[in-house]
Amino acid sequence: MTVEMIIKAVIYVLLAPFIGGTLAGVDRVFAARMQGRQGPPLFQPFYDVAKLLSKQTTVVNSIQVLFVTVYLIFTIFTGALFFAGGDMLLVFFALSMSEVMLVLAAFSSNGPYSIMGAQRELLQMMCYEPMTLLVAIGFYYANGSFMVNDLIKAEIPAIVQIPGFFIGFVFILIIKLRKSPFDLSTSHHMHQEMVKGLTTDLSGGNLALVEIAEWYDLVLMMGIVGMFFITANPISRVWAVLAVIIVFFLETLIDNLFPRVKYQTMLKVTWSVILIFAGTNLLILNVLK
Amino acid sequence: MKISKSPWVLHYDGSSCNGCDIEVLATMTPLYDVERFGIINTGNPKHADVLLLTGGVNAQTAPVIRQLYNMMPDPKVVVACGICACDGGIFKECYNILGGADKVVPVDVYVPGCAVRPEALIEGVVKAVGILEEKKKKLKESMKAGYCTVDYSKMAVHMTSDDYDPSTQYDAVLTEEALREQAEEKIKASARPVAPAPKPAAPAQGAAPATNPAAQAAAANNAEKGENK
Repeated sequence: MTVEMIIKAVIYVLLAPFIGGTLAGVDRVFAARMQGRQGPPLFQPFYDVAKLLSKQTTVVNSIQVLFVTVYLIFTIFTGALFFAGGDMLLVFFALSMSEVMLVLAAFSSNGPYSIMGAQRELLQMMCYEPMTLLVAIGFYYANGSFMVNDLIKAEIPAIVQIPGFFIGFVFILIIKLRKSPFDLSTSHHMHQEMVKGLTTDLSGGNLALVEIAEWYDLVLMMGIVGMFFITANPISRVWAVLAVIIVFFLETLIDNLFPRVKYQTMLKVTWSVILIFAGTNLLILNVLK
Repeated sequence: MKISKSPWVLHYDGSSCNGCDIEVLATMTPLYDVERFGIINTGNPKHADVLLLTGGVNAQTAPVIRQLYNMMPDPKVVVACGICACDGGIFKECYNILGGADKVVPVDVYVPGCAVRPEALIEGVVKAVGILEEKKKKLKESMKAGYCTVDYSKMAVHMTSDDYDPSTQYDAVLTEEALREQAEEKIKASARPVAPAPKPAAPAQGAAPATNPAAQAAAANNAEKGENK
């Protein structure tokens, strides 16, 4: 059992960057096509990271390197725990820990843009943290266990019992994947009202570490999306992959459709969606069980 | 992996009519789409490889350009876009224009044009990327030969406010004071020799007769300066 878990974790650690990087490339190509452009090559994110690794690294504060490295380690640990079949609660707690490390890295530099980005990241965490916890609770309600290993042996897919949680989770993925209506903390692409927000003072190798961590994060998030569909039946894995593709496409579409909103709007909208869909779902589950 | 596959661009406008800036932005549009080559317009000098400069340099933007250049991690290249950034262009004679971008930072590629065509701009950036590649290679070669003992690609440079000393920063041509002096000289040179002072008005009409002699003296001074020139 433990050997199997370790093998799964190692496979995740080795494969996730390639899958995540390719997904990020697909995202950029899709975004370009939606805007009527040809777009970059599919493997552009890998070129970017390779370039960043070969560049000079300027460091504003030596503790920044530590925080960024720990951020990467925690993100890998989170994903490895999830794909090895660990505890969902621990996965989400470790995930928020990794985010905190990134925020600390941004706060440690004295740059105004970096600090603004860190404050906005904290606000974003305030928006999506309730939902990530609720997802773990929802899975517990549906299948009676927090362990991923037990959850994937379910008789019926979790989406049947917790569709509201699924909608809420897809909604907070917009924040988690730094997509347009809510990409407040790191201004992506042409949004540059505060330079690059969180990553303004990171350069060269440090920025490459953050990019790689985001690939791991992307794979983990897509894994959690797939979790809603997986049952003991092997065919369910096909449905899970299909769901992941659809959700990923949806996120890119949303990214290109909506303009940036203020953080107040983000807070109101996100919490409303969480309360309406996940909250109602939780109530109904409570009454039925 | 080649650095030329993802050159990230930083765009700064020295002081121009904004024609070139619009063309720089035009390269991002679906028609030209520079993202095909992996080029991203970053707003952050710490992420940038290529510095696109448009417009001539004036005394106020010179330190800004220099700071942006210093903030960019090595290897880096500078592209001067448009004739103003190349040598001052139509604004060259203006009292406040110091000249092209090469007055403050070393320029690698000059892209002429008024305004610079997006096609020319893309070719310029592609050339600059070639130079970027060369710079990286040279850095490695010089390290092998022992000329350069510091691997810039591995070195972490600490840049806090305590470490920042303007006097140790890169200084291509002129120091700040020299720049100011140059600007002042230009202002002096551009001051036209004043026409011979008109005869002082009658004391009865003058609002403040006492100031008249002073004004006269100033006018005479100006005339003298003009003669000296």
